[in-house]
Parts: sequence; structure tokens; C-alpha cells
Amino acid sequence: MRVNFTVNGRPQEADDVWEGESLLYVLRERLGLPGSKNACEQGECGSCTVRLDGVPVCSCLVAAGQVEGREVVTVEGLAEYAKQRAEGGCATGACGTSLDEAKSWQAKGSDSQTGEGTELSPVQQAFIDAGAVQCGFCTPGLLVAADEMLERNPNPTDADIREALSGNLCRCTGYEKIMDAVRLAAARQSEGV
Amino acid sequence: MDFLRPASWEEALAAKAEHPTAVPIAGGTDVMVEINFDHRRPEYLLDLNRIGDLYEWEVGEDTVRLGASVPYTKIMENLRAELPGLALASHTVASPQIRNRGGVGGNLGTASPAGDAHPALLAAGAEVEVASAARGTRLIPIDEFYTGVKRNALQPDELIRAVRIQKADGPQQYSKVGTRNAMVIAVCAFGLALHPRTRTVRTGIGSAAPTPVRAKAAEEFLNAALAEGGFWDNGKIITPSVAKQFADLCSAACNPIDDVRGTASYRRHAVGVMARRTLTWTWESYRGARRATEGAA
Ligand SMILES: Cc1cc2nc3c(=O)[nH]c(=O)nc-3n(C[C@H](O)[C@H](O)[C@H](O)COP(=O)(O)OP(=O)(O)OC[C@H]3O[C@@H](n4cnc5c(N)ncnc54)[C@H](O)[C@@H]3O)c2cc1C
Ligand code: FES
Ligand code: FES
Repeated sequence: MRVNFTVNGRPQEADDVWEGESLLYVLRERLGLPGSKNACEQGECGSCTVRLDGVPVCSCLVAAGQVEGREVVTVEGLAEYAKQRAEGGCATGACGTSLDEAKSWQAKGSDSQTGEGTELSPVQQAFIDAGAVQCGFCTPGLLVAADEMLERNPNPTDADIREALSGNLCRCTGYEKIMDAVRLAAARQSEGV
Repeated sequence: MDFLRPASWEEALAAKAEHPTAVPIAGGTDVMVEINFDHRRPEYLLDLNRIGDLYEWEVGEDTVRLGASVPYTKIMENLRAELPGLALASHTVASPQIRNRGGVGGNLGTASPAGDAHPALLAAGAEVEVASAARGTRLIPIDEFYTGVKRNALQPDELIRAVRIQKADGPQQYSKVGTRNAMVIAVCAFGLALHPRTRTVRTGIGSAAPTPVRAKAAEEFLNAALAEGGFWDNGKIITPSVAKQFADLCSAACNPIDDVRGTASYRRHAVGVMARRTLTWTWESYRGARRATEGAA
């Protein structure tokens, strides 16, 4: 079957989709967006987390056909998504991240002091600055989940952060640096940096 | 495989009537795991995501009509006052991502003895509203809904429209034993609701029998003990011996198995502990509320 939906602000069409296929598979294998990771395919690890109509979900548990006509944001579109949010939405309609841009997206880093030339979302920059990435496999899911929490709750307590990230497993970091990163992103956000 | 995408409730019922083997998919948090691991290869998937009615709830005078697909997150955010037991139980389900998708309709569809909604529904009192194209709507009392391990009272042409749950008229609690706070399937679980209006107590036990069950003998014992002692009126502390007897009867209502998550004897023991604790918590809260209203009068 064919599935039409919006990915990172741009309309996409996936063809030859098997009816039992997951959104995660469509993103990775049909649209060439491997940012969302596949580690368990059973909702346990959160490394496949994306936003579906704004809501964080495990893309491995969403059937491809269920996203017809709906909006998905993946880690590849997170920087642009966060930028638009900071600028108060997309006025021109020409926002979003094209498939080619998303496929070739790389973390370039930026000057976290000035925020100039930001190619990363604040959460992404904070993960780098706090050293919250080791093997990196869990990182895309954590970024999407953490970014959504900061959107809802700009001044989270440690308990709020733990709860928001409780569906994301990391086998490397022991979580402390991840906590540091989210606290850092929250602090920068509230300083307007 | 075919993917059926009804746009309305009527279309969904028609599709289910035409294809009784079709597997409904709501949040997909049970169905997709089975498909991803090739444990299930249904001929038809019946997507319920487009049926807006299933995502709505109505708060009536005595009951809440909770649409089958209302995700746990919404229950926690919006129905804590009306359905405190279910809201607490919802918060123990898996993780935010799963709670954003999964709901009570899917929990009832799967009818796992470990499903967290079940003890809360049993304790609060509820009816499952199901419908078919051929016979219209029927209401299944929650006590009659669970018919075996992962089996329920649905007919092949029926879908769950909603659950009609008694609005809380007193304190409710939900307790769950697991190895950590998030992402844990219950080793065993216990729900308790005080119903001051009818002067009754109801319970629900999860993961300690082939189906979710009520501890009916324990409820009857406690109802009688509370009535005899005039507890509902005098608001006295429940005596330790009454609490112990109640806990023992709750343990006795279990019919557990040994499995990877725990042994049968541990489950029996833990259910007794949870019964005593939830009784203490809810009763304290009832006494507090009573004192507050008496103080105001
Ligand atoms: C990682 C993980 C952790 C989990 N942890 C918990 C936990 O802690 N506690 C817990 O209780 N559960 C847990 N679950 C199981 C699951 O999330 C719940 O059972 C959830 O309530 C299912 O809801 P759903 O909408 O996703 O159901 P789906 O997967 O869409 O459907 C489940 C079943 O119900 C049927 N169904 C769905 N809607 C209807 C309807 N309207 N009418 C008729 N049949 C219907 C489906 O055909 C299917 O058989 C977990 C699952 C995962 C993946
Ligand atoms: S791959 Fe989806 S939760 Fe692990
Ligand atoms: S950095 Fe390796 S799993 Fe988290």
C-alpha cells in the first residue's frame, strides 16, 4: 500500500508498504531516515521515539497505515522544529526539512555561548556540551523525548526529567550526564540563550 | 494482509461484521509487538485511529463514559478526580511513549491478567460498552468480562466502544509490585475503592490468577465488619485484626502461578501486604474527609 504523510514538515509518500509494517521501518528503510533507531521493536527502549501529531511515541509500535495524513517529526528534523518553535511557527509555509537535507543531516555543532549559527536544537547542543553521548544509539530517542518535555515544561525538576525520560534506555552513560544535559538545556532555554 | 481504515464507528462495525477475524488496532502497543515478532499475522488489520468518538469521554452524574481509545496520558491528566484508581493505575503503565498511545480499550482487548486497568475497573465498578452491526449495543459487567487467560467476553463481530465507570464516591488506591517504577509488567497488583454512598468496599487483583479478579470474600467480610463497628459513621481507625483478616482473605482470593516475574507464594504474600496498605491509605483519607466536612458543619 501507499502511505502519504508529513515528515519533518514536508509531505512524503512511501510506496510498497507492507500492511503490517511499522512507522519505524518506513522511516528507516523506505524514506532513508535512519536517525530513529531500532533496538527492540517492542516499545521497551525508546530509541525509536518520534513525534506523531506532536505526541512522543515509539515509532516501532505505530502501524505504517495509521500515519496516513498525519505529521511526524524525527530527530533529523528536530533542529528545524525547535528553531521554528522559538521563532513562533512557520509563517511562510516553506519551513521543514526536506528528505535530502534530512538524509544528509549531520551534527555540526555551534558556538553554544553565542548561539550563533545554530544548526542544532538547544537540546542537541546541550547533549554534546554535557558529554551525554557515548555510543549514541539511545541519543535520537532521548533528544526527541527531552525536547518535547522542555516544550511542555520549561523548568523541570529532576523528578520531571526522570519521568519524561523513563521510556528511554541507555546502556552506556548511567544517565547522570543525560540528566546534566537536560538541566543545561532547560537553564539555557530559560536564560533565552 | 489488508489494512482497513474505517472513518466512522458505523463503518468500523460494518467492517468487523464483514471480516470477523480482523484484528482491531488502536494504540498498537500490544498488536504491533506481536506483528513485529511474527507471533501474529492477521489477515486484516482494522485501524481505529480515525474514529474520533473513541478518543472522547463524557462525565455524567454517576458514571464516566470513557472512549475505548482515550490514551492513559489523558486519563491521568483529565480524570484524576472522577477516576482516581484508574488514573493511578494508568500512571504505572510502561512509559510516557506507551501511555501516549495505549488505552483501556486495548487493555480490555488483550485481557492480560497483568493489565493495569483491570484491578482499578473491578474496584471502581464498571461496564464495558460493546457493539456490533447486527445486534447493536450491549453492556458487559466488568466482573463478567474476563473469561480466561487473555480471553474476554467479546463476540467476533463486536468492538469495544467505551467503558462506563462509576465515578468515585470515596477514596481509591492502586498498588503494583515490580522491579522498578517505569516499564514494568506487574508481578502482582491491587486496586481498592471505598464506596461510602453504599457503604461498601470493592477490590481488584491483578497478575495473581488466570484473570483479573475481585476478592469477594474479603469485601464481604470487611463490609460486615465496618457496618457492625459503625465505622462509616464514627470514622474510627480500622482495628489491626480487621485489617489483617481482610488482607488474609485477599491473599486467599489469589490463584497465582510461578513464573519469571515471581513465585506464587510471593504473589499471595504481596497481595496481602498491598491489601492492608491500600485499606489503611484509603481509610485514612476517608476519615480525613469526614473530619473536614464535620469541622465545616
Ligand atoms: C513496552 C511495553 C510495556 C507495557 N507495559 C504495560 C504495563 O505496565 N501495564 C499494562 O497494563 N500494559 C502494558 N503494556 C501493554 C499495552 O500497552 C496495554 O495493554 C495497552 O492498554 C494496550 O492498548 P492499545 O490501544 O495500544 O492496544 P492495541 O495494541 O491497539 O490492542 C490490544 C488488543 O485489544 C484489541 N482492541 C483494541 N481496541 C479495541 C476495541 N475498541 N474493540 C475491540 N478490541 C480492541 C486489539 O485487537 C488487540 O487484541 C505494555 C506494552 C509495551 C509494548
Ligand atoms: S525500537 Fe521502538 S522502543 Fe525499542
Ligand atoms: S550512549 Fe550508548 S546507549 Fe546511550
